Formats: sequence, structure tokens, C-alpha cells
Amino acid sequence: MTAQAKKESLIKINNLSLEYGESINSTLALKKIDLEINKGEFICVLGPSGCGKSSLLKCIAGYIKPTSGRVLMQGEEVDGPDWHRGVVFQSPTLYPWMTVNENVEFGPKMRDLPKAEIKDIREYFLNEVNLSGAGENYTFELSGGMKQRVAIARVLANYPQVVLMDEPFGALDALTRENMQNLIRNIWEENNTTIFFITHDVDEALLLANRVVVMSKQPGEIIEIFNVNFTNQIFEKGSKEVIYNEDYFEVKNEIMDIIHNQID
Amino acid sequence: MALNNKNAEKQDNNSSAQAANQNISRKTAENKKTKTEKALTILTWGSIFLIWYVITRLGIFTPTLLPGPARVWKAFLRILENGYNGVPIWVHLGASFKRLFVAIFFAISTAVPLGLLSGYFDKIEAVLDSVVEFYRPLPPLAYYTLLILWFGIDDTSKQILLFLAAFAPIYIACVSAVRKLNQDFVLSAKSLGANQKDVFLKIVLPASLPEIFTGIRTAFGVAYTTLVSSEMVAATSGIGWMVLDASNFLKSDVIFVGIIIMGITGVIIDAGLRFLERKIIFWKGHI
Ligand SMILES: Nc1ncnc2c1ncn2[C@@H]1O[C@H](COP(=O)(O)OP(=O)(O)OP(=O)(O)O)[C@@H](O)[C@H]1O
Ligand SMILES: [Mg+2]
Repeated sequence: MTAQAKKESLIKINNLSLEYGESINSTLALKKIDLEINKGEFICVLGPSGCGKSSLLKCIAGYIKPTSGRVLMQGEEVDGPDWHRGVVFQSPTLYPWMTVNENVEFGPKMRDLPKAEIKDIREYFLNEVNLSGAGENYTFELSGGMKQRVAIARVLANYPQVVLMDEPFGALDALTRENMQNLIRNIWEENNTTIFFITHDVDEALLLANRVVVMSKQPGEIIEIFNVNFTNQIFEKGSKEVIYNEDYFEVKNEIMDIIHNQID
Repeated sequence: MALNNKNAEKQDNNSSAQAANQNISRKTAENKKTKTEKALTILTWGSIFLIWYVITRLGIFTPTLLPGPARVWKAFLRILENGYNGVPIWVHLGASFKRLFVAIFFAISTAVPLGLLSGYFDKIEAVLDSVVEFYRPLPPLAYYTLLILWFGIDDTSKQILLFLAAFAPIYIACVSAVRKLNQDFVLSAKSLGANQKDVFLKIVLPASLPEIFTGIRTAFGVAYTTLVSSEMVAATSGIGWMVLDASNFLKSDVIFVGIIIMGITGVIIDAGLRFLERKIIFWKGHI
């Protein structure tokens, strides 16, 4: 909670609405979203399936234009994707014609960084995701969890201002998932990254976030935002103890109630 | 993988040149053959030779019309040694292959960029697509006569003919490859800082390679049949011309030799292409 003291706004979403399709066949996916993402925050977004979480992420990334309202990044309107906003997809979109090394180096290379620097960055982040030994492999030789770690390293290699993640661990088994959660939490802490993270797993949200945004069913609106600090407690104590504390269940039940009310 | 194969076969069947393509599609299906399947293939060819032999033995046709295997073999050795009409067989094959490879080279180097650009930019497609769609279904020999009038009977008209025949399948494969491209590849590249040109060269091009290769293999098939038929219409050299010339003199053993050589070279070319494909697109099926 100490970080909250010196808030520095990074992304501002103003009165954003998004409609897919034309007139009769249109779907209102997002309705009047207002959200501010501050530097260094770990925001998790929860909500029932189809509520527009991915759509919101695509608006922030610049993949789609909102029907009304705006996404501002440091005061400037987002207009198309760029490397300041890195994206990790649910299924890792690694390029199979490149090795792991080349995948991770892709971003820095596109930005024409000097060769030596590219190599240092690549080594640092592959080490950060515990894949130092796998650099010469092709990505189809890796397991699902390893692929997602490469995807994370590839995005981080650009030192983006914010990392947008759309259910990045959704396809992984429970054990790998827990490891990945620890990994991303440590990376966030070490590199002072800002993360916007979509999940449909309440525990995942509570174990990672500073702030949990809960959305309504379609059309997606923000119902409530919870400030939590379990992720900081985990740094101090370790995951198991946090799960068995009363505060945790109180917040979790509250969120579950909201979501269940939405589904009924 | 299975889907890819099906597509490849579909394209093959659609194209106008069928004889050569049957080679291609059969080969595609043979990718993973077991011992029994191999034995079956060998058995088939054994039976074909046996039936051939029995028919010639029975004397249903005169040997001038249907020469037996032994006669064809002798003709083959004779042609190997003395050539045909005093010109070595290698010169005939070389003349044919020069036409084929020059045409394919130009077809690849124009159809790939134009096809990819057409898939990427709708405006370029609006310019090119209708023209390709118009001439593609035409039998190449239909406009060959025009080409001969304009460019003469030499290699130029043949190379242009083969170029046109090979261009369409490659172009169409490239357009469809870009259309089917996983958009997340493009989006993730842009989010990593890639500009339009980088996206095109580093993402769109490699991601389209599997389909481009299928297109090139189809193009080879089409160009090869077109080549042989064009040499039968107007030429003074080449393997197709050799067969035509032999038929004028009723040398059916030479016709057999010519046809067998064409068949075998077709299979060898396709095997070479598939070998290249495995080397270059080692990641195929993992996309
Ligand atoms: N390209 C599109 N065209 C039309 N409608 C779309 C499109 N993409 C999404 N939608 C609709 O917008 C709504 C929100 O979709 P979105 O993918 O953002 O939901 P989500 O919260 O990410 O769901 P999930 O948790 O299942 O991933 C859905 O009703 C969906 O049908
Ligand atoms: Mg989604």
C-alpha cells in the first residue's frame, strides 16, 4: 500500500464505450468505462465470460478503436499498437520460424538497439523467466508453460510502460500456473513494471493484484474496484499463510457474490 | 497437416493440367507410408509391367503400335547412346528444362511479392485479381498461338507461356496465405514495435511460406504439362518435340521412352521440391 502514496497516472480511460457491428446487429460490449492505471500497479480484471474484458484490453492496446470515449496514455490518445504497451496473448503467439533467442530479441531489433545491448537484454529476461538454457531451441519444442514464459520475456525485452495480459495462464495446469504466478509477481516487483492482467480466477486476481477491477456481464461496466495487498503480504510471508487469513476470504466472498449475482 | 494436404490436393485437382498433377497429389498422400503400402506400390508397378508384357506377347497389337518392354528398353539405350536424330538426349532435356526453370524463376519472383501484396492491400488486389482470374482458367495453348505470332517460335514465346501458366497458382496461393494469416501474429509484432515493412518481411512472408510452397509445386506441375504440350505444337528441340517427331514416323518405342522420361523427371522435380520444403519450412504444422 505504500506505493499508493506516490501515484503517477499512466493510462486514463475516459467514458469508453464499444459497440461491435452496425445498427440492428450491433452488440454493446463495453459501456461507460472509466479507469485509471497508475505506474507500478498490478491491476487484475475479473468478470463473467463475454463481459468485454478482452475488448477492453484491445482498446488499450490500440487494436480496436472505441466507439466513444478515449484511452489516453500519458496524456496522448492511443492510436494503434506500439511498443510502449506490450501484450501477452492467452495462447502465446511465438513465431515458429524463429528460435527462442530470436523471438525474445524481436522487439529490441525492431527498435534498432545496438547488438550488444540486444544480447544483454535477451540474456537478462530469459534468465528472469528461467529459460537461459533454451535459447537455441525452436518454440515448437517447448511445453505450454515454457512458451508462455518466452512470450512474457519477449514483451518485457522492450521495457514497455505497461504489460497487458489476457488470461495468460488460462491454458496451463494448476501447478505450472502457480509457478507462473510467482514468476510474474517477482518480475513485477524486480522490474517495477505496470501490469494490466485479465483473469477469470478470483484467487489468481487476489494473489497478484494491488487493485482488482470487477466487471458486470455484457454490456461490461465496472461494478467495483477493490484495493488489496495480498501480493505484498506474500513477499513478506509466503503464499499459503495469506490464503488462510480472514481478510482474504472476506474479500473473496464479496467478489464471488458480485460475480454470481451477475450470472443469475 | 491433414488440412494442408487436403488443400494441396484440392488446388491440384482444380487446375487445368491434370496429368502431371496426379503425380503431385498421390505423392502428398504418400508422406507417411508403411511397409505394406510400399509393397503395394511396388506390386502395382510390377502388375503394370506384367500386363504390358503379356499383351505384347499375345500379339493383339503389332509391335509398331505397342512395343514390348524389351524393345522400349533397347530404344532407351539407343537414345542414351546416339541421341535422337543425332542430338543427344541431354540436349533435348536441357532445352526443355531451361524453358521450364527460366519461366518458374520469373513466376516465383513476381507472383510471390504481388500475391502477398494483393492479400495485404485490397487496392492492389482490386487491380490484379480480376486479370488473374480471367486468364487462369484458359487453357494455355489457347493463347499460345498469339504468343507465337508475337514472339516467334523460339524459346521466348514458350517461356512467356510457361511464366503465365506458373504465375496464377503461385499468386493465388500467396493471396490466400495472407488472408488466412493468424492476425495475432501481426498484432503482436506491431505491439513489439514492428513497422509496416517489418511486419511484411518478418511476419507475413515467413508465415505464408507453407502455402507459397504448395503454390510453387502446383505451378511446376502446370508449367511442366504446358511445356510438353507447347513443344508438341511448335518446337525444334525438347523432350516434347522428340515425342511428337517420333509419332510422325511411327516410332512408338521412342514415344514410350519419351513418356517414361517425362513421368520420371516430373516425379524427381516434385521430390526435390518436397525435400526443399522440409528443409526450409521445418516448422510447418506448428503454426
Ligand atoms: N470481433 C467481434 N465482433 C462482434 N462481437 C464481438 C467481437 N469480439 C467480441 N464480441 C462480443 O463482445 C462481447 C465481449 O467479448 P470479449 O471477448 O471482450 O469478452 P471477454 O470478457 O473477454 O470474455 P471471455 O472471458 O470469455 O474471454 C461478447 O458478447 C462478444 O460476443
Ligand atoms: Mg477474453
